Amino acid sequence: MTTTAPIVLNRDSITVSRETDVVPFRSRVKEHAVKIGMSLLNQTKLITGASELVRNMLKYGNGGIVKIEVLSRGRDSGIRLIFEDKGPGIPDINKAMTDGFTTGKSMGLGLPGTKRLMNEFNIQSEVGVGTTVTVIKWKNG
Amino acid sequence: MEKIPILRMGHFLLVTIQVDLYDQLAENLEADLVSMVSKTNAKGVLIDVSSVSIIDSFMGRILGNIATMSKIMDADTVVVGMQPAVAITLVELGLPLKGVYTALNVERGMQLLRSKILLEEEDEEEEYDNDGADSIE
Repeated sequence: MTTTAPIVLNRDSITVSRETDVVPFRSRVKEHAVKIGMSLLNQTKLITGASELVRNMLKYGNGGIVKIEVLSRGRDSGIRLIFEDKGPGIPDINKAMTDGFTTGKSMGLGLPGTKRLMNEFNIQSEVGVGTTVTVIKWKNG
Repeated sequence: MEKIPILRMGHFLLVTIQVDLYDQLAENLEADLVSMVSKTNAKGVLIDVSSVSIIDSFMGRILGNIATMSKIMDADTVVVGMQPAVAITLVELGLPLKGVYTALNVERGMQLLRSKILLEEEDEEEEYDNDGADSIE
């Protein structure tokens, strides 16, 4: 497998500021995943993970923008999602990535669970500035 | 305001979720179901999720809540018809769906609920028998 950087074939973005934006956002991600021929299982993993992240963004970051990119790398293609919020940021990312850790009243599965569902997962956060989570799900990943 | 209909059938309440739920709708369903269990004395709740393509941790928590709350009100909850891709995703996400009974389809779900009611009735009968025995002594 070549390790060249993926090429972005298509860019889309959607603003999520309210709870009712979640379902249309999920359908948009699904549309892109169907278009590249992603299997039903990978679609389900991608959309479930996206749903967790967008919920975090609404709950802790007061909403934000999600960029949806269709990627091509060699023979494989995939979807990259970039969640950007200008919320309070996460003081301790390692702790936030632990199963069962939560500052809210949820079960604390969102971040670690989503990492398991995706092929690539990256989180960057600065207190007082905001949080950016980038995930990739490959079509055959 | 959208609403998920709850159907009553004998001792059971049936819910078919046909749309992707947003949070408020799911929370309303939870509240409606629990109050319906109390109002109708239902012994079981059957939730059909065969048209649900996504169950994330929030939705999973709602299902768990419904089961726990119904149990406190003396009703069992069965979730039926989960799509294979959804089941795989739930496990990888780390969501165990504790306390929720599951069945492959509506038919088996109904069988499961019926068998639970029968078991309970048998238990009650045994209790009465014991009482009778005690009084004779």
